[in-house]
Amino acid sequence: MSGYPGYDPKSGFEKWLDARLPIVRLGYDTFIFPTPRNLNYWWTFGGILAVLLMSQIISGIILAMHYVPHVSMAYDSVQHINRDVNFGWLLQPLHANGASMMFLAVYIHMFRGIYYGSYKSPREVLWIVGVVIYLLMMATGFMGYVLPWGQMSFWGATVITNLFSAIPLVGDAITGWLWGGFSVDNPTLNRFFSLHFVLPFAILGMVILHVWALHVPGNNNPTGVSVKNVDKDTLPFHPYYTVKDGFAIIVFLMVLSAFVFFAPDALNHPDNYIRANPVVTPAHIVPEWYYLPFYAMLRAVPDKLGGVIVMFGAIGLLFALPWLDTSKVRSMRYRRLAKLFFMIFVLACLGLGWAGAKAPTDLVFAAGTDTATGDPSGFNFLWMARILTLYYYAFFLVILPLLGLIEKPEARPDSIEKSVLESNAGEA
Amino acid sequence: MRLFTLTATLIAAAGLCLGTGPATASEGGELKASHFSFEGVYGTYDKAAAQRGFQVYQEACSFCHSMSLVAIRNLGDPGAPFYDEEHPNPNESPVIKAIAAMFTVTDGPDIEGDMFERPARPSDYFPAPFANDQAARASNGGALPPDFSMLVRARAHGPQYIYSLLTSYADEAPEGVEIRDGMNYNPAFKGGMIGMPPPLFEEQVEYSDGTHASVEQMAHDVVTFMAWAADPKMEVRKRMGWMVMIYLLIFALLMYGSYKAVWRDVEH
Repeated sequence: MSGYPGYDPKSGFEKWLDARLPIVRLGYDTFIFPTPRNLNYWWTFGGILAVLLMSQIISGIILAMHYVPHVSMAYDSVQHINRDVNFGWLLQPLHANGASMMFLAVYIHMFRGIYYGSYKSPREVLWIVGVVIYLLMMATGFMGYVLPWGQMSFWGATVITNLFSAIPLVGDAITGWLWGGFSVDNPTLNRFFSLHFVLPFAILGMVILHVWALHVPGNNNPTGVSVKNVDKDTLPFHPYYTVKDGFAIIVFLMVLSAFVFFAPDALNHPDNYIRANPVVTPAHIVPEWYYLPFYAMLRAVPDKLGGVIVMFGAIGLLFALPWLDTSKVRSMRYRRLAKLFFMIFVLACLGLGWAGAKAPTDLVFAAGTDTATGDPSGFNFLWMARILTLYYYAFFLVILPLLGLIEKPEARPDSIEKSVLESNAGEA
Repeated sequence: MRLFTLTATLIAAAGLCLGTGPATASEGGELKASHFSFEGVYGTYDKAAAQRGFQVYQEACSFCHSMSLVAIRNLGDPGAPFYDEEHPNPNESPVIKAIAAMFTVTDGPDIEGDMFERPARPSDYFPAPFANDQAARASNGGALPPDFSMLVRARAHGPQYIYSLLTSYADEAPEGVEIRDGMNYNPAFKGGMIGMPPPLFEEQVEYSDGTHASVEQMAHDVVTFMAWAADPKMEVRKRMGWMVMIYLLIFALLMYGSYKAVWRDVEH
């Protein structure tokens, strides 16, 4: 998207450099970029995620200077970081809670993309690169959780790596290859540390592609209407959105700080402060909260391979989303039915997270007692997870494809500028 | 209005993370309501209670329970039970030196290749009561007394749980609960049957500050001490936390003002 005057080198040195390495021009074109003037606060999470990624990389590099990836020393080295390393007590909880907050932000970012149809033409590749980033985040977060070598680290790693053994024919070979042995052990910890260190840089590379793919078509916006007149519909990203994103970033950092300083254990499982012990299995093996919806899907299917397929398929669907949604209207603001099903979809994802945190046999609500045992019976979390998994799949495979064909969207504004002026006139 | 919706969503989402987190881990027995000085965002360790708790640990717990991640010098760090403002370096604190002198540690090998015993220094870690886990089990009817270093944070609702565990022993199990030989009835423990015999009894220790050493008092004090051992930087962390929050709040207000100023003439 063009329309603004480009970079104009003034001094001789700037002209000389621009002819050889136009790096200043790159920065200029990135920040003085035409951005729709009607972006709301849901659009600030991209910037928030960029800041969190840098925070994770910097704190992670320093933590790696003190961490020891060995089964007999990993737990103690994390304790050493918290007890003896200068400001280690700050860095370690910052890194652990920063990961949680990154997932919180990325989920909001993704829901925003779905609601406003940000994956639709011409932004399909932008969306797909985003889903790849999300997958890399999942892998990185999982391996990072293994590193402190507590009970949940060890048993989480055991459960997740065992999933691959469900693959027919090559499953056991893949699992053994992941482990580097016959169970989760020192070679596993070593390679997880190595991968946990390098994957964030792969994420950073994908983020650069993500921003590049964003800058070809430009931002979507809450109306979903494309930019028609650059002068009337857009504002330069700097200073308008640097200052707005900046405000949102600081507010989000306050949420992160509240966890880091006042509740560093709130998102952690107490069992992970017990040293990893291969002969003692915890009562409940629970993943980090951001994997819980997928954990619920995994357990919703009685067959192991089936569960693995359903779990990975749930992410696989996201890749196909741009072609599953048949509606030409991007923003659900003008699609009443889609909006309703989207709200149910958000609730279904939250409900799956809830089900993932509970034992499948726990009851959502009791209704009567079991005649044989006398225990209370009723609607349990297993069935809740099954129903919600079904809805998750139906949302992508049935609802979005059909709605585009049968739903009659409401009238959309002619342009971004008109929508802004009309809504302001309405409020006044 | 839109900002309000977003803020409400963020708070709800953060609350949801909390709700699905540690709450799921409470699968133990019955917890007694108890309150400690270190709870809440302003909470600090009650130094007198933590010092008494250290005495309880020494005289009642340390014969079975190790505390391998805590060094003697840590007792004199800022925020620790025996911090002395006149001696910010705990290695020079007379109190810490006196505590270190109570212990003997194995060092070596010496020039002859032999291990030898010497008085502990502040830099030494608390000596473990048993040479290894097998020795600990052999002396405790097969049960392994857990290490104290992280115990409060390694249990759901740790302070309440350990306080309840220490104060809930009963001589007789209720009807229908069978207690095996060598085991003890304790409704705070999962399943009600625990290997550890009642560790505290009335006036087991003599507090130098005159506090009456009831079982509840000793349990409260030792939990305060264990909470410090598991999170020794808590006071430093909370203090910095307030400065960070105030800094970010001012920063946020400035950013919001800048946002309003920059967008002043733009309808959006």
